[in-house]
Amino acid sequence: MATTRTGTTPVSCPTAAGGTVASTVPVGAVHAEGSPLDWGASLVEGKVVLDETVAPNAPWSAVVRTGHVLTIVDVGGNQSADCLLYNADDPEERYSVPDTLAWQGNAYVRTGTVLRSSEGRPLMTVVANEVDRQDTIGGACGKESNTLRYGHHVMFQHGCRENFLAEAGRRGLGVRDIVSNLNWFMNVPVEADGALGIVDGMSAPGRRVAVRAETDVLVMVSNCPQMNNPCNDFNPTPLRLIVVEPAPVGVGARSAEATRTAKEGA
Amino acid sequence: MTTTENSTAVPQHGRYATGQAPARARDLHLTDSVLSARDDARAQGGQAGAWMPYLPASDSPYCPPGVDAAALVWAETVAPGGYTHKVLARGTRLRFDDPSGDACAHVLLFNALEPVERLNVADTQKVPWQAYPGLNHPLLSGDGRVLAVVSADSSGRHDAFCGTTTDAWNERKYGDARPEGPSPSGRGLFLKAAAKHGLSRRDLPPSLSFFQGVRVEPDGTLAWHGSAGAGTHVELVAEMPLLVLVANVAHPLDPRPGYVVGPLRVHAWRGAPTGPGEPRFTATPELHRAYLNTVDYCEARGL
Repeated sequence: MATTRTGTTPVSCPTAAGGTVASTVPVGAVHAEGSPLDWGASLVEGKVVLDETVAPNAPWSAVVRTGHVLTIVDVGGNQSADCLLYNADDPEERYSVPDTLAWQGNAYVRTGTVLRSSEGRPLMTVVANEVDRQDTIGGACGKESNTLRYGHHVMFQHGCRENFLAEAGRRGLGVRDIVSNLNWFMNVPVEADGALGIVDGMSAPGRRVAVRAETDVLVMVSNCPQMNNPCNDFNPTPLRLIVVEPAPVGVGARSAEATRTAKEGA
Repeated sequence: MTTTENSTAVPQHGRYATGQAPARARDLHLTDSVLSARDDARAQGGQAGAWMPYLPASDSPYCPPGVDAAALVWAETVAPGGYTHKVLARGTRLRFDDPSGDACAHVLLFNALEPVERLNVADTQKVPWQAYPGLNHPLLSGDGRVLAVVSADSSGRHDAFCGTTTDAWNERKYGDARPEGPSPSGRGLFLKAAAKHGLSRRDLPPSLSFFQGVRVEPDGTLAWHGSAGAGTHVELVAEMPLLVLVANVAHPLDPRPGYVVGPLRVHAWRGAPTGPGEPRFTATPELHRAYLNTVDYCEARGL
């Protein structure tokens, strides 16, 4: 169905004084009615220690303990889960795109990719992944950089940088701690001549990625608004984040393929 | 470590052996009194080394062709495994030269007035729709402004993917990453440079590097292409007041087993920022708006 760009439809809101104001700020979930939503389940079996939903456009954070596995479910498909990681005990050590890429000698994130810190140490490892490749080149959108990409008329649409700053503030962190990030479910190919950009995604409703914490990790997510990029049909959808304490090795570990097969067979 | 340079011998006893070797034998005991010690120290002044800052900058023996030496504000040859840093006025031209083909200039840029505004490599690749920095490529901050632009480039071998080396990387690859050791990491040197401006590791984002190229192959493999040879240069225009941090260390993907890095020449001279009348100002819609944002900031600041 046709959808309108987020935030362009005025909403009447009651005020404390008893009147109403017409607002263009979206309230709550803003995905199009009738959007296919597949809430999925953890990619790795284990005892669930956290299971939360992130509304479209909203930020989220949690500490994932060593050995626990975080599954991110792309509930509506082709959402971008912009993601930053911090050593929970020393947040000045944080996710590093170049270290992650240089250590593995490859520009894309796939199963087996070790997500490394600014000190070169492992923070998390991708243990299962249901899209071809995940992005960590494209960075986050922001009010300011969006003006370069789309024009100054988008200045008052918020973006991931706003979400990161808000969530960081709740964790005692700030603008100095915001660096280049991961974009789960986003597709940013690099062409032979160096041309690169965010293009149509390879994800679908219910596709998942699972990352295991190699140390206690603070995970920050911005459920990307993607308000100006057609790759998500201007239709931001929710994310589901599930943290499990995995079953002991050999007892319940299931590959992505096995889980998906079981799910499709159900 | 292995260092390379144009004309002088490769030092055998540490990074600074050539640059700071005393001019006379040190077997005489010349510090038996304060006056003797003073004479001894003063006698060491005025020497030249293979890598050193040239002061005043106009005294540089390597003033770039076509540049008025009197306009130089920074002239330095950065040692292999060395670092440097400088605050530059808006409009300054900044040139890096790779005389040996083995320099690797790892660079971080900050708005000198508000260092929380700093180089954002993701925006620097994403906004111009181009991963490989080259002529007219803007080096963008995360605040939608042009910190600097590439105004000349005879190398074409640069990298925005791999950042610089960490201690963990150099310990694994070379067995040593101490900043005072034979194979310091780029991050270790950035930390020192940052500390001298009151900044810490929280303030270090991913960096760019010049002179050792990397290309992404179709499967995503990051292929090291190395340098374009000896004698290339790259020039930047400071479009905002800049704090520049530079570490001259081996590229992370350099496949050579030794810590191979050559001297890096740095020159900067007074100039004007890119203005509305210049083709670069409106070269692309993204660059145009980035310049509009930059000019807006600078006008309001009285710069």
